[in-house]
Amino acid sequence: MNIHEYQAKRILKEFGAPVAEGRPVYTAAEAEAAAKELPGPLYVVKAQIHAGGRGKGRFKEPEAGEKGGVRLAKSPEEAAAFARQMLGKTLVTKQTGPEGKVVGRIYIEDGSDIARELYLSVLVDRAVGRIAFIASTEGGMNIEEVAEETPDRIVTIHVDPATGCMPHHGRRVAKALGLDGALAKECAGLVAALYRAFVEKDMSLLEINPLIVTKDGRLRVLDAKAGFDSNALFRHPDILDLRDASEEDPLEIRASEFDLSYVKLDGNIGCMVNGAGLAMATMDIIKHYGAEPANFLDVGGGATKEKVTEAFKIITSDPGVKGILVNIFGGIMRCDIIAEGIIAAVKEVGLEVPLVVRLEGTNVELGKKILSGSGLAIIPADDLEDAAQKVVKAVGWGTE
Amino acid sequence: MSILVDKNTKVICQGLTGSHGTFHTEQAIAYGTRMVGGVTPGKGGMVWKGGEAAKGAELPVFDTVAEARAATGADASVIYVPPAFAADSILEAIEAEIPLVVCITEGIPVLDMVKVRRALDGSKTRLVGPNCPGVITPGECKIGIMPGHIHRKGHVGVVSRSGTLTYEAVHQTTVAGLGQSTCVGIGGDPVKGTDFIDVLEMFLADDDTHSIIMIGEIGGSAEADAARFLAASRTKKPTVGFIAGVTAPPGRRMGHAGAIVSGGDDTAEAKIEAMKSAGIAVAPTPAAMGRTLLSLMKN
Repeated sequence: MNIHEYQAKRILKEFGAPVAEGRPVYTAAEAEAAAKELPGPLYVVKAQIHAGGRGKGRFKEPEAGEKGGVRLAKSPEEAAAFARQMLGKTLVTKQTGPEGKVVGRIYIEDGSDIARELYLSVLVDRAVGRIAFIASTEGGMNIEEVAEETPDRIVTIHVDPATGCMPHHGRRVAKALGLDGALAKECAGLVAALYRAFVEKDMSLLEINPLIVTKDGRLRVLDAKAGFDSNALFRHPDILDLRDASEEDPLEIRASEFDLSYVKLDGNIGCMVNGAGLAMATMDIIKHYGAEPANFLDVGGGATKEKVTEAFKIITSDPGVKGILVNIFGGIMRCDIIAEGIIAAVKEVGLEVPLVVRLEGTNVELGKKILSGSGLAIIPADDLEDAAQKVVKAVGWGTE
Repeated sequence: MSILVDKNTKVICQGLTGSHGTFHTEQAIAYGTRMVGGVTPGKGGMVWKGGEAAKGAELPVFDTVAEARAATGADASVIYVPPAFAADSILEAIEAEIPLVVCITEGIPVLDMVKVRRALDGSKTRLVGPNCPGVITPGECKIGIMPGHIHRKGHVGVVSRSGTLTYEAVHQTTVAGLGQSTCVGIGGDPVKGTDFIDVLEMFLADDDTHSIIMIGEIGGSAEADAARFLAASRTKKPTVGFIAGVTAPPGRRMGHAGAIVSGGDDTAEAKIEAMKSAGIAVAPTPAAMGRTLLSLMKN
């Protein structure tokens, strides 16, 4: 789960990280009032969307102005004007895709005088199974590009979970960032704070880009991105409260309520599969035969009739879906029960596009018999290959 | 021979009295696995009774893993404990020095697994999983949730990050008449106990394993590391690979906690390339794993 920049900064502030003063606002009037409460004389007006590259982004609507999603205002009145231009408009950045994201919230922050921009992030390095700090002197840039072009400017420092973050980790990060003296000490404090925030809040990623050195020689978190481990949200109700549903696809939210794992894509063949790996592989084989999947959908191991019905509703409510492929390898789950679930779902939801069903595993013969005896226009398939070819053909793609 | 488990493996179940623990223990007993006991804190001294599938088998229940190990001499433990408590259960099994721990539980917090991974260093335990279907040596021992009947005794070693995709490979090799030596589901989580290289090392050393199917997915670098390991290995066995997620968009988690493309090297394309340059025959579709292996073995 992701949260907004201002929410991430609020959490970091609680843990003692140096963050500028700022206020989230929803209207231009609030923006002006917020700016008046800040020291000034410069105010940063930042669009809050769950995507990076905001500064270099562009708005779709001309009335939002030429500038990107991060603007520097010289007065509270100008901050209000910028907020008015951006609110309700669609910001397109490198990470949003061409459709962009609508700006519903703005963060008004006190301006900073930047002397140097650095990069610091915390993540779980899966290769070693430990938390790692990634530090680079190349702040404010896309870190993947830095990794590609100048890998020697990126330093990775692992933390042994048995000791937790120690002062020497802080010293090493400071060294990697080229900081010394008082700044190195400040950096060590920041490293300890970030580690505590990461562990105590079960984060999956915490990225400070840039971390800046101000002209008066202090460290400051200028931008912050925090992601949380969805498996650990059960122990963080405070984080769950920060969820912004407007940032998520409504179909994906509905799916998650039924414990279905669904990701909407741009193709026209809807898929319903049990198991994440098989669901991805089913999407891949559709593409292999010349069509595009409309979604990823894993109904999980313990799919019930209700779950199958809901999955059907979600797939068919995507207007782009022109055909459906159901691919179930029933292990512990019996194929006859799946077949009954599919029939019940079709009867409830209706069937306006071709439906190809491939069943394999326990009680497969019985499952196939139930489907063929249902009188519904279900296209049966013998194996995964057959199923993919049939559904691709049914929507009019592939080799005729 | 086989790897990890055989007909002599004695298994206990942590979370035996829960619905998953009971159901899958009955299935394991029906398959012929030597189940010898279970652990449920607070229910020690109770006797677990299996239903019809287990022909009414009875197992002793213990409060702690250490007691269960001392009383039964178990070599392995399978864990069906809910995600919030699963890491604690794994750590308890590690402290009780159970040689093989298989954790089926899906949804364990990553930072819990970071602690577990540290506790495994220098311990006497090998952990398989979490978030995996388990381990099976066909006809001898089934630990986990895979359907036993699709397997057939044979000589293909299967190692996979995905559950149902493993069943697909198993089914295809069974239909092709090859059968399997041992199948290991290593699980779809980013931090886990056993990775591809660990299993490949065992398969290469196992006389009963004549060929290998390795199934990966997007996210992480384990498949590329494994491909480089195979390329450098002196022992060679015919190996087929498959990577799921060619169509997965970057930055989106595809079901498994570990299945997300975040950098450049964890895409399906990069992994397929690494496999090909290591001499692994990459199946063009998930339906062609058995066929690809069959033609590889004929050549």
